[in-house]
Amino acid sequence: MANVHSWLIDDSPASRLQARLGRLYRICGALSRNPLAAVGAIIILVLILTAIFAPLIATHDPLKQDLAQRLLPPGSGNWMGTDELGRDIWSRVVYGARITLVIVVLVAVLAAPAGLIIGAISGYFGGWIDRVLMGVTDIFLSMPKLILALALVAALGPGIENAIIAIAITSWPGYARIARAETLTFKNAEFIAAIRLQGASSLRVILGHVLPLCTSSMIVRVTLDMAGIILTAAGLGFIGLGAQPPLPEWGAMIARGRSFILDQWWVATMPGFAIIIVSLGFCFLGDGLRDVLDPKSGEQR
Amino acid sequence: MTALSLNNLDISYGETQITHGISLDIAEGESFALVGESGSGKSTVLKAIAGLAPQWTGSITAFGQPRTHGIDQHFARHCQMVFQDPYGSLHPRKTIDAILSEPLAIHGIGNQNGRVEDMLVAVGLDRKFRFRYPHQLSGGQRQRVAIARALMLEPKLLLLDEPTSALDVSVQAEILNLLKRLRREQNLTFLMVTHNLPVVSFLCDRLAVMRHGRIVEIADVADLKRGALQETYSRELMDISVAHAG
Repeated sequence: MANVHSWLIDDSPASRLQARLGRLYRICGALSRNPLAAVGAIIILVLILTAIFAPLIATHDPLKQDLAQRLLPPGSGNWMGTDELGRDIWSRVVYGARITLVIVVLVAVLAAPAGLIIGAISGYFGGWIDRVLMGVTDIFLSMPKLILALALVAALGPGIENAIIAIAITSWPGYARIARAETLTFKNAEFIAAIRLQGASSLRVILGHVLPLCTSSMIVRVTLDMAGIILTAAGLGFIGLGAQPPLPEWGAMIARGRSFILDQWWVATMPGFAIIIVSLGFCFLGDGLRDVLDPKSGEQR
Repeated sequence: MTALSLNNLDISYGETQITHGISLDIAEGESFALVGESGSGKSTVLKAIAGLAPQWTGSITAFGQPRTHGIDQHFARHCQMVFQDPYGSLHPRKTIDAILSEPLAIHGIGNQNGRVEDMLVAVGLDRKFRFRYPHQLSGGQRQRVAIARALMLEPKLLLLDEPTSALDVSVQAEILNLLKRLRREQNLTFLMVTHNLPVVSFLCDRLAVMRHGRIVEIADVADLKRGALQETYSRELMDISVAHAG
């Protein structure tokens, strides 16, 4: 173990692999020394494990109705009680982790690279390319996120896939703005000039040298936005335009529980807690990553 | 054979014309200095040759071939540039290894591993630095990396933009000695921009004094050492330099 440790923190690594692993090890070390980030990482890890092992963790079938058992308070048989159709809320929250994770991952995979590339191209080339791309970005930015998502879902029809597309379309402009601003700060730097002088194509400069400098702020921003994405998805679910019944989506579950909130508080509260905890987890992790991901500050710790 | 020949070169940034009718001939293997105070346009001449200031009229000929206005791959193999500030000229997220391999990857040159190791030896960097990031290196070590990067493509002409002015005095001497040795070993042609006349007398064969975007005088370094520069402005520059050093 001591050998592995000293190999990883070696001041003068002997290979590319060792240098990369060493950097990863330092980032993880710095993350674990940041208590909030560690809490966030643990929450996200629990979310991922819950989603993967949902069938093992859930005590009931999330879709199975039992009208004789409806609206039971939390107890030994149903840990979080049951809803108005007698479905076990704990099992539904556990399966809901899958839906939440799918939404978050798909939105991040669709929106972040698109925003990153559009922003980097815009910032690197400047001129009319910049004006056109940023004009489009501004148009998307000027519309309220939830309203635009609503309009899209209304046009495409309700459903989880359309909710994902709608959220992705409304969230890329923010990433494009960040990527452009980052690109502008170093596009005239000498290290970019040096690469161009070596005969590198614009594509190579953008992909190989500009984007790596944007990614860490992008990772931080995406992680922080995850909370917002979950809330937007839950909001769409709440007004009935996201996941459709009987899918156990947390926002839709809150919407169903709204009618009973005074007498059977657990129906709406349990998925609400799930949303709050996961959102907080992403926020904590995002803040921690922001402190850690800069290689310079990472080394100084 | 002339390595580089500039003829009646007028360089502009937008509406502003920076240089006026620059004409120079630099022989292969020669080390030539452009000196002058800040704003005299000496760095702009280097940028135009490298392709970073594409707005010029006149002609630039390198090794018998006319230079296009932009940056092209073919020219990149003959001519490379070392920048003034070693803190700004190395990519902060890349290891030294990645920085030195990149030019080879761009031009599809094989044996990257061996070439990088050889180059580290040539510029006097220990191989333990190979997988470090630039911020883990000192200024002098960074400038060695920048010189190594410029030499990876085995160019014949090296443009040096005040290569030592951002460094400590003690480190300056090391870098100058390194440049002198590399020039001897690889038969390089240097075109150097500087305002430091002692550096010129140490490293260069000839110099051109620039003022307000024009060449005032072209002289041998022997003249500089003897204090026998012709023009009044050149002598003023020399006096300032001597007073400053003293």
